[in-house]
Formats: sequence, structure tokens, C-alpha cells
Amino acid sequence: MKSDEIAIAVKDVSKLYRIGRKEHASDSLAGVFIELLKSPVKNFRKYRSLYNFSDVDIENPDKENEDSDIIWALKNVSFDVKRGEVVGIIGMNGAGKSTMLKLLSRITPPTKGSITIHGRVSSLLEVGTGFHQELTGRENVYMNGTVLGMRKHEVDSKFDQIVDFAGVEKFLDTPVKRYSSGMRVRLAFSVAAHLEPEILIVDEVLAVGDAAFQKKCMDKMQDIGEKGHTILFVSHNMRAVTRMCERVILLNNGRKFLDGSAHEVVSAYLKGDRQTTANRSWPADEAPGSDVARLCAVRVRTEDGENTDAIDIRKAVGIEIEYEVLKPGYVFMPSFALVNEEGLNVCVAIDQDPDWRGKPRRPGRYVSTGWIPGNLLSEGLFSVNTTLWTLEPTRQMEYHQMDVVAFQVIDTLEGDSARGDWIGDLPGIIRPKLKWTTSN
Amino acid sequence: MTIDPDKLPVTVIEGSRSWQLINFAELKAYRDLAYFLVWRDITVMYAQTILGVAWAIIQPLVQIALFSIIFGKIAKIPTGDIPYVLFATVAIIPWTYISTSMMQSSQSLVANQHMLGKIYFPRLLFPMTPIIAQLLNFGISIILLVAIMIYYQVTPTWNLAYLPIFILMMMLIPAGGGLWLSALAIRYRDVKFAMQYVIQMLMYTAPIIYSASSIPEQYRIFYSLNPIVGVIEGFRASLLGADIPWLYVAPGMVTAILLFVTGAIYFKRMERVFADVI
Repeated sequence: MKSDEIAIAVKDVSKLYRIGRKEHASDSLAGVFIELLKSPVKNFRKYRSLYNFSDVDIENPDKENEDSDIIWALKNVSFDVKRGEVVGIIGMNGAGKSTMLKLLSRITPPTKGSITIHGRVSSLLEVGTGFHQELTGRENVYMNGTVLGMRKHEVDSKFDQIVDFAGVEKFLDTPVKRYSSGMRVRLAFSVAAHLEPEILIVDEVLAVGDAAFQKKCMDKMQDIGEKGHTILFVSHNMRAVTRMCERVILLNNGRKFLDGSAHEVVSAYLKGDRQTTANRSWPADEAPGSDVARLCAVRVRTEDGENTDAIDIRKAVGIEIEYEVLKPGYVFMPSFALVNEEGLNVCVAIDQDPDWRGKPRRPGRYVSTGWIPGNLLSEGLFSVNTTLWTLEPTRQMEYHQMDVVAFQVIDTLEGDSARGDWIGDLPGIIRPKLKWTTSN
Repeated sequence: MTIDPDKLPVTVIEGSRSWQLINFAELKAYRDLAYFLVWRDITVMYAQTILGVAWAIIQPLVQIALFSIIFGKIAKIPTGDIPYVLFATVAIIPWTYISTSMMQSSQSLVANQHMLGKIYFPRLLFPMTPIIAQLLNFGISIILLVAIMIYYQVTPTWNLAYLPIFILMMMLIPAGGGLWLSALAIRYRDVKFAMQYVIQMLMYTAPIIYSASSIPEQYRIFYSLNPIVGVIEGFRASLLGADIPWLYVAPGMVTAILLFVTGAIYFKRMERVFADVI
């Protein structure tokens, strides 16, 4: 890679934060009073030490002791982004994604290492930064535009497009405080969408609002990407990441864990440390549950009995829940829920096997399987939550586990699915194959 | 899109600090934003008020009336041969500017802390915005000053030529104070509570309601280390045509410059971690 092709070079970057140490709280009135008198000195030390890390060995992020009040948000992260590349950053909560964004946006400096950026950067960590309630729509466009790094003449030349995109022509000279929240967001996003920096850094918080607005955001970003701008995109939404980015970086616990093609990294992330996302089991001592019942395993399988995370859209898929009843005399209600990539709860399914419904169960292992028929779910990734309720003698929850297994519904485009002959993008949460009649 | 790699600006983000106290190139790149920040301050200053900019006259007017009655008529503070109203007016107008802009500048970072965590632009713009925006009020209150001077038939002398020096000095004080206090306030919110006493103390230690000449001669050099003394005595002299009291002005000028330079150093040292200490 020639050096003049590099847009962003992140070199050995670490970021340290000081989090509050748990403070001793007195439980007597006199004690509280004494604490109060002593607090100015303590507070001064506390607030002064917030950014002072002279007591920490910043060269060795690994030397972390348990009771320390510091936290390494990023540990020796390095990567390069080429000009024109669209790169996604994914990871679990607390993996360091937001910190990385803040470093790249110059909001906070790295504790160690350096970042070199070639080109003009705009970072969008939220829409509408700098908006003022008392200013009119027109005034806020200029305010927000310049806050985002545009020059006045750039805002001038794009002003009509911005207003047109937002659809607020009639309210241009009305103070923003009289806008509906939807209008405000549209105007704010519209300003952001008309930025033309060489490098764009975007947070997923942008994808708030209704589905139509999210789609508009995504389309616009894809547009910008196709125009050859460099984009760095942080997200939780795997579909958006795979759609937008060629390359994805997976952060895990402050470190760069994987860096590669979007498909490869996203599927590795979804699998986690398991071989496949379609099977998960717990040893007895780690099993979620209570002293009444506990979860042993959850599996995704096909009618042929195959345990797989790739499901043909035309075929039924079974969610198999294995659990152990530890105490006799309880009536249970096993259930699972399907959640799609947008976080939408697609359905909740409750075990209704007539042989067991309403009857107390003896201790032992049970397997409940719920079958989702073929030609019902749309394509995409579904993750499974599972819950075990006790209905009698008292209603209580024995366990509730999120994202235990996940599977991908795939259409092989053979023409006999609900798609028929259509091979383009096809929205919808479900995709039942309907019976059609046409008369003439 | 064609990009010429040689023309791209290069930004290096590092943990260490750079030596440059004020990055003028960067300020230049953000000059439009600076303009809009000032303009925003001015636009929203009197938003949803009935009297609007008239407040820029009413505020000092009420203070002048109050001071003239209490200190002029009742306490009968000696002011030489200058009528008390005139004596107070030339002091209250720069003082109002100094106190309001210092107050706003010191709170500028805390008031905009949301922005600090979301976007980067030169942090210096925050405390400097009120310093410029408040000049509007100052300019309007000059009308009041001119009216009172006409009423008392004061003819301006060549000393008026020195006024710009004192206006600059008047701006330097809240600028330096604002740099210090805004950076301190983001770390220690105590500043907010202390500010009203600081402002009050500054007012009584400056020759606003009394004349600097009532300070015993041997203490004058220490007294005039307070730069506000120099500004107010300077305003009086250049507007009312007395000799410019350089002995009061010079020490204050040194303090004002020192306040600004140390303020800029402290602000520079702290600005990178603002987002982490909010």
C-alpha cells in the first residue's frame, strides 16, 4: 500500500479512563456529617485525578489489577484505512467502539499512540449539534453546518438542496422550538447528509427515528460511499454493516480482534467463541436457572435432524430447548422469542404440547421443540431468546436468556419461494407464500 | 471525485501536547463558525423579550440611577468637580461589559458541555464568543453615555484618542479571566457558585462608586494592579478630558496581559481532556 493512499492511520492507540472507585458510605448520622466535612479534600483529589495517569504504567495495558479504578477502553489498536474505503467497526457494548470514534473525531486524545488523518474529516456522532431552540430553521442550518466544519459559502451553495431534502420550506423562518420533533430531526439530518468531507466518521446513533428515516440515512451514506469518500461506520446493526462496508473491524474488550471482509468478520462475530451459532449448551454449574429448573442447551435444527445455522427459507426450522427440572410439583411454560436484525421482536412461541400442558412435571431432563413452518420468516438473521415460566404453584420466571442461538434464513432463489421470479431487495418482517388467484 | 493527495490537510492526533499556544491556522479554518457562534449569542440574547435591545440601555441606566441616588445624594461620595451621574456612568458602562462577559465566558464550557462530547472544533471559541458578542451591548450603551455627556455639556478633548487602548484592555480582562475560569469550571463546578462573589468583590475593589484618588498614596501601586482600576480611570480620563493616569494604567495593563497569557496556557493544557472530565 502506498502511503499516499492512506486516509487514516491508527498506530498503537490506547485510551485510559479513570472510573470512580467505590466510596465508603457511613451509616450513622454523625458519620455522614464527618464525611461531609472531609469531602472537599477528597473531592479535590478525585476531580484532579480524573485525567492524571502518572500512577499507571501506560506502556502495559495488560497489567491491570482488579481493584484499580482505571479502565483501558482501547488497548494498542492499530489499523489503516485506505482512501475511498468504507469500513465498519463492530463489537459488543464496552468493546471500545465509541471511544475509537471519539478519538478519531478529536473529541478526546489517546493516552498513548497516534492517529494520522489525511484529509478533511467530518464526524457525525449525533445529528443537530449546535441547534438552538430560539434560532429559526434557516439560522440553524448555518449554525449546524459550520459546527460540522463547513464554510459559510459551502452552506450557501447547498442551502436549497438541504431545505428541499428536509421538506421544511414553509417553516424556514420559524424558530426551531416550534418545530415538531420529526421536522427537527429531518432538518438536522439533511444538513449532515449534505456534508462532503473527504472522510466521514459516523455513529450508529444516527440510525434513530422511524424505519423510513433510517432507510434514508443508509441510502444517503451508501451514496456518499459510492462517490469515493472514505467512511468509518460504527454499528450494532449487522445488516447495515454488511450492506455498507467492504471491510469490517471487530473490537473485543478494547483490542482489535478481527479485521477483514465484512462477511467474514460479521459471521465470526455472530458465532462468537462457538463453532456455530446454532447450538449452545451449559455445564450444570454455569447453567442459567433457579433451584426449580435450569436451562441445559438450545439448538436450531432442520426437519432432517441437522443442527445448522443456515436455514432454507422453504423449510421448517425447529428450536429445541433442553432443560432440567430439579424439584417436583411445578407446572412449566417453556417459550422462545425470535428477534430480527433490527431488534424487532418477530414473535413469541409458547409450548402447548397437550401431553404436558397444565401438568406438574417430575424432576428430570426435558426437551421442548417448537417448529417454525417454512415460507414464513423473511430472509436474514434471527436470534432466539428463551424463557421458562412456572405457572403453578406461583407464577415465577426460572430463567430468561437473550440471544442464546441465532440462525440465518436463506433463499436459494430457485423460484419456488415467496420471491417467485424477483431477485432484488425485498423488504418485510415475514415472507409467507400466499395463495394467489388472478381472474380475467 | 479526484483528490490531489498533496493538497489534503494532515491531522495528527496524539497524547502529547503541541508547543503552540494558539493554533491560528486552525482558528482561521473555523472563522465562519466563530462568526456564527457570536451571531447566535447575539440573536438569542433578547429572544422572546418585549423590549429587546432596549435592555442594553435599561440595565446600566437603572444602575446609574441607583448609584447616583445612594452614593451620590445620600452617601455624598466626593468626586471632585464632576457631577456624580457622569462620574458613575463612565465607570458603569465598561464595568457592565466586563462583569457580564466574564460571567458568561466562565460558564461557556459548562453550558456547552453537550457539544464538547459530540464534536470537535477549537475549544477556544467557547470562552471567546461572549467577549465579542457582549460588545454589541457595550456599543448600544455608548448611546446612553453620549446622551448623558451631552446633557452635562462635556466637550470631548484629544484624550478621546486614547479610548481604544482602554477598550482593548477592557476586553482583555474578561478574556483572560474567562479562559481561566471556564477551564476551571468544567473540572470544578464550584466556580459557578463562587462567581457572584468574585464579581461583587471586583466591583467594590474597582473605583466605580468612589474615586481612585481616595486610596492612600502609598497603596496606589498595589491598588492599580487590579486591571479594572486602570480601565475605569482610563475611561474617565479619556472621556471627561483629565490627564491620562498612566500610573494606574500601566500596572493593570501588565496584570491584564499576564492574566490572558497564563489563562491561554492553562486553557491549552486542559482543553484536550475537557471531554473526559465533564
